[in-house]
Amino acid sequence: MRIGGEGLIDRGARLDFTFDGHGYQGVKGDTLASALLANGIRLMGRSFKYHRPRGPLTADSAEPNALVTLGRGPGQDPNARATTVELHDGLEARSQNRWPGLDFDLLSVNDALAPFLGAGFYYKTFMWPRAFWEKVYEPAIRRAAGLGAISRVHDPDRYEKAFAHCDLLVIGAGPAGLMAALTAARAGAEVILADEDTHPGGRLNAETLEVDGRPGRDWAAAVAAELSEMDNVRLMTRTAVVGAYDQGTFGALERLAPDIAARRGAPRECFWRIAARRAVLAAGALERPVAFQNNDRPGVMLAGAVRAYVNRWRVAPGRNVAVFGNNDGAHRTAADLMAAGVHVSALIDSRPGATTDLDLPFFPGATVTDAHGRKGLEAISVATTSGIDKLQAECLAVSGGWNPAVHLTCHMNGRPAWREDIAAFVPRDGAVPGLRAAGACAGTFSTRACLEDGIAAAREALEEMGRTAPGTSAPRAEDGAYAITPLWTVPGKARAWLDFQNDVTVKDVKQAARENFRSVEHMKRYTTQGMATDQGKNSNTGALAVLADATGRAIPETGTTTFRPPYNPVAIGALGAGAQGMGFAPRRLTTSHAASVDRGAEMLEVGLWYRPSHFPARGETHWRQSTDREVTMVREAVGIADVSTLGKIDVQGPDAARFLDFVYANTFSTLKVGRVRYGIMLREDGHVMDDGTTARLGETHFLTTTTTAAAGEVMRHFEFVHQCLCPDWDVRFISVTEQWAQFAVAGPKSRDLLDDLLDTPLDDAAWPFMACGPVGLGGVQARLFRISFSGEHAYELAVPARYGDSLFRELARRAEALGGGPYGMEALNVLRIEKGFITHAEIHGRTTAFDIGMDRMVSRKKDCIGQAAAERPGLREDGREQLVGLKPVGAVKMLTAGAHLFNETDPADRDHDQGYITSTGFSPTFGHFLALGFLKNGRARHGEVVRMVDHLRGVTAYCEVQDPVVFDPKGDRVRD
Amino acid sequence: MRITCPICGARDRREFTVKGAALALERPARDAGDVAWDDYLHNRDNPAGRSAELWYHETGCAAWIVVVRDTVTHEVFETRLADGDTEAGS
Amino acid sequence: MRFSGLRVLKEGLTGNKGWSPHWRDADPKPEYDVVVIGGGGHGLATAYYLAREHGITDVAVLEKGYLGGGNIGRNTTIVRANYFLPGNSEFYSHSLKLWEGLEEELNYNVMHSQRGLINLFHNDGQRDAIVRRGNAMVNQGDDAILLDRAALRRKVPYLDFDNARFPVQGGLFHPRGGTARHDAVAWGFARGASDRGVDLVQNCEVTGIDVDRGRVTGVQTTRGAIRARKVAVVVAGRSSQVATMAGMRLPIESHVLQAFVTEGLKPCIDHVVTFGMGHFYISQSDKGGLVFGGDLDFYPSYASRGNLPTAEHVMEAGMTLMPMIGKARLLRSWGGIMDMTPDGSPIIDRSGIEGLYLNCGWCYGGFKAVPGSGHCMAHLVATDRPHDAAARFRLDRFRTGRGLMDEEGTGSQHSLH
Repeated sequence: MRIGGEGLIDRGARLDFTFDGHGYQGVKGDTLASALLANGIRLMGRSFKYHRPRGPLTADSAEPNALVTLGRGPGQDPNARATTVELHDGLEARSQNRWPGLDFDLLSVNDALAPFLGAGFYYKTFMWPRAFWEKVYEPAIRRAAGLGAISRVHDPDRYEKAFAHCDLLVIGAGPAGLMAALTAARAGAEVILADEDTHPGGRLNAETLEVDGRPGRDWAAAVAAELSEMDNVRLMTRTAVVGAYDQGTFGALERLAPDIAARRGAPRECFWRIAARRAVLAAGALERPVAFQNNDRPGVMLAGAVRAYVNRWRVAPGRNVAVFGNNDGAHRTAADLMAAGVHVSALIDSRPGATTDLDLPFFPGATVTDAHGRKGLEAISVATTSGIDKLQAECLAVSGGWNPAVHLTCHMNGRPAWREDIAAFVPRDGAVPGLRAAGACAGTFSTRACLEDGIAAAREALEEMGRTAPGTSAPRAEDGAYAITPLWTVPGKARAWLDFQNDVTVKDVKQAARENFRSVEHMKRYTTQGMATDQGKNSNTGALAVLADATGRAIPETGTTTFRPPYNPVAIGALGAGAQGMGFAPRRLTTSHAASVDRGAEMLEVGLWYRPSHFPARGETHWRQSTDREVTMVREAVGIADVSTLGKIDVQGPDAARFLDFVYANTFSTLKVGRVRYGIMLREDGHVMDDGTTARLGETHFLTTTTTAAAGEVMRHFEFVHQCLCPDWDVRFISVTEQWAQFAVAGPKSRDLLDDLLDTPLDDAAWPFMACGPVGLGGVQARLFRISFSGEHAYELAVPARYGDSLFRELARRAEALGGGPYGMEALNVLRIEKGFITHAEIHGRTTAFDIGMDRMVSRKKDCIGQAAAERPGLREDGREQLVGLKPVGAVKMLTAGAHLFNETDPADRDHDQGYITSTGFSPTFGHFLALGFLKNGRARHGEVVRMVDHLRGVTAYCEVQDPVVFDPKGDRVRD
Repeated sequence: MRITCPICGARDRREFTVKGAALALERPARDAGDVAWDDYLHNRDNPAGRSAELWYHETGCAAWIVVVRDTVTHEVFETRLADGDTEAGS
Repeated sequence: MRFSGLRVLKEGLTGNKGWSPHWRDADPKPEYDVVVIGGGGHGLATAYYLAREHGITDVAVLEKGYLGGGNIGRNTTIVRANYFLPGNSEFYSHSLKLWEGLEEELNYNVMHSQRGLINLFHNDGQRDAIVRRGNAMVNQGDDAILLDRAALRRKVPYLDFDNARFPVQGGLFHPRGGTARHDAVAWGFARGASDRGVDLVQNCEVTGIDVDRGRVTGVQTTRGAIRARKVAVVVAGRSSQVATMAGMRLPIESHVLQAFVTEGLKPCIDHVVTFGMGHFYISQSDKGGLVFGGDLDFYPSYASRGNLPTAEHVMEAGMTLMPMIGKARLLRSWGGIMDMTPDGSPIIDRSGIEGLYLNCGWCYGGFKAVPGSGHCMAHLVATDRPHDAAARFRLDRFRTGRGLMDEEGTGSQHSLH
């Protein structure tokens, strides 16, 4: 229930929300948890395994119990921590992992079955009969497991990503972080101060402590105000730094305020990549519970969380509250409750000599042994020297001490060090290069010491960056000692929880040790302790202490598991922001894209490019009709195809020819100016990397083309070979793929078309096959290459890209006038298969020049990349699969790519595998299917009949092995 | 992760492509024999610690860079241009 | 102690006080017939099959940390037999058959779940390559089914079929593919080996390999010298370091492969889905977490942790393929150290030093290989002859160029896979 007094809430701004369908009211500044507590609701969730009733344990992001699903429909948000969900008007929250309801959950039968569901029980059973695992056991386990549910339809929400750079990143805006940021900012450094909370201040917002003579939260607000006025400071609230990575890179998740996120088109979250020269970790500390019987009852909360609910949200977590701890924080909790007018029924301090001035029932040297009240705490049992007392309490505030938030310092494999005096792990220096921990996360607990440590950390960072730090002194604040006597467990027969969400109890850890899971990693993996959504924030130290005790070792000797990113769970939507739909990869469009789409072409993605599949003509309803027509059109008239997607690399310099001789298997230095030559390029491992034509535009100027797929790889390779293997050679490269639009003009009427189009008609003597050179085209200087990928008399015409659209439209129009037209990828593929030309379907990375019958192209007169490795015996010996052509000769006329080849009468199994088909197409020229493929010793087997088996498509066909080149094998047409 | 390109300065790792051991610079002669080529192409010291590698500033200046770094801590000790040009960037 | 549902009941009724250690922790003896270096999945399986198949029980497994602490404890738990090149094809087929009886064999529920694995394709070229793979699987005697878009949509309706940058055209379905509980595999083999008399020695780091006139004689460790007739090096992730102790340089470069898991969710992904084009694969664990991964970070590393660019790319691929996972929260990310060979395929072979055997180079495919690898390695160590199913995993294939197994076709050179 809500109590009077001032907190960080706006009582005037009332907000309506629902939880499990019931309407409630909260106020601005509330979290869902504080608002529910204010409405007297303690039961907010169910545990993972035993489905135990649970209420909030914390008031922060480490919450293991109060997980809810927000919203409904496609964007519903499971596993939201009620303790950090900002309340807003109309918020709809539902409990999860229960059926039929939170109050009555049938799966809570698991709690009664707990003796049979202990650590690792599933490794020992569910094995018989074998088929039952997938059919019976696993589906049942899967349905019972899990927490909340995603909608299973596309997430409709938006997320963003961004980069930021700074001199100093300060992580956490509590006393240490605020002073670190202030010190650095006043010295002129670029500062980013990030905090996961809505308000800077850290624990100051939850305490009644004073700083500089004012309430701590007022001081924090004033410092934050000063910082936000400074140009060199970016103050990022609602921003959790979640990961520390190499060279000062940090990942951070910013949640947008609910009112902003609700705006149309606004993102919910933004994932930041922050590059910082130095960092100060001021992440504070996390309170830890004590394991006693039934310590998971709704109403049992961490003491610091109780203070936060009382001081910040003005909520009493119960009508009467008991406080239990092993440090002075318990006393502060009792005092704050009393000051707020909440009845405190007992203060139980496990330290025997503890004293108090507070006027309340005080039990020094006592422990809480049990908690009563199944769906909400009603009473506790307290063991004193005189026996067990049962005390009424609706809430028990527990403090087992504080764990510094060392997590980020472990993200780069740093291991924290144990400090006996505070019974906790602290970061080791240098665990993350350039990052220093300050304040409570470094084990410094008094407010004054935190303020001072923040200043010191900033000064250190500034000095390392060569800046002078102005003298800043820490404001006045509480400077009490932190006195703690470790208390991990309270003995008892019933279960005492360590990992609340995953239902890992003291018994489980002891059993794990008994079963030889004595390494802390084994214990974790066997019991699942530390694997819940809090990743062990609440349970690691306690479980470690139990394991240490069970195995007779000290805590530091027992070791720790590793904290890994992210510190707080991050929505995949945020980390993958921008990729949904078309955003995953850039779209590269050719200059003819619009014209092709205008003509009704279906566009296919080819790498990052889009290219037309085919251009349907009037009346054509199937792609094969269009393709057959387009192939015939090229063979009989003239076709136009955009080939701009092929990589184009401009190579220039006195050593250009020498360089090409080195990167290509064949020779280019002998190529005449004004001529083009086909080349193949090997990887250094002796396999074919790519192929393409290279034109010599001048004595020291070449234009080399790559396949569409390999353009980037070849460019990288050229630069590698030059810079790393022959840096003294005078040659330079630049990609001009985007700069030139290039079109194939192919077919017997291609010359007629161009004669009409070009400024000067083509002179056959000057333009033989494989000639190249400049031509004029309506006053535009263009380049013409007489090359052919179709086997026809053909040209490729290139113009600066800005003329591409108009040239394509003009070429297509003129081709149509000659009985031709544009053709797409499907026809291009058939044309090249008829001609036995290879693509990456054949040079798929595992083939050699020997395999594809181009061994003779590999010049032995010179060294070239890949030559030495290609000479390895295994790459050129008998039994390798060699490129062949295939045509159907049996009853089944269809050939399918991906089918395997077998000798005619052999069974179709691995032992008899002879090869496979890489490319197929129906050839209208020949009236049947044609295929390319690889067959063992294939070149010697032309004329042989083999069996093609495609198990997957259910096709078996007999085919005859033939030369890959079936159309115009002598090449008369290209030269005609 | 950030790598300092000798020409461009410190840049995010995503601007670079990595080729592996800087051994790639020491290409044997074509007739050096199968053992030398096997060592060049395949066999690696693969140190857990200080390692010299080749990185390519692919979406930056296209420089190939020798990066001397620690494969355990990812600390970068030194970067220099692979082509031996010590003038660039100074 | 035999595990069964009845035993769980009985122990539950008596306070769970009767459970005994799953394996026996041993102090090293001064001498063994066989020393296995490495107490990961492959090492434990090797020791298990040495005892089980060959009756060789005077065996020690030396582990520098805790059993199962390497890649068997940090992978994405996928089990499949969908390779297509000779060598890999028969080996992974063999391994999958061993998986299929593993629970009964080990009396340990490793939760091998044959929920089916789907490889997606997005264009005709990819379809043809995937059909070639599927046909090779069927040729091998394994299972593969080609799914067209409609059939795929029935299985995985949550993919973005309508608006993705690379529209999904279909998939190759491998019904016997699936997942298993990774840690349990290590523990099950450890228990099985230990029960048969194998000494499992934790916190025992090998610091030297003793070789005398071309023959291995034992190892030096942080817990003293141990003599051995045969030594099996089964330390993927650290292979180069251990090989150096025997004066060898291996064709291996170490890389980090990240993996990711989300918070628990009610069942939403019922298969293993692989999006090759986006370098992304995903399944849902029985606990409810989405377990997924992608490509290497692509820089040499022994750090068992990665960096943001790869992590983000993986999530981006997830969001373009199945935007329903936007609200699933990434809970934890980690990295494994991959022994990357030039061609992306492993090595199970003699080393050239008599009595010293190598099992390494598992790249990012080691988990599903565990039973097969242990089985074939045990055969090699026991008989000095390669097992038929692993006969092509030769160390010298790179020098000779014979039998390279470059499944991805990116080249048999480092830093390409």
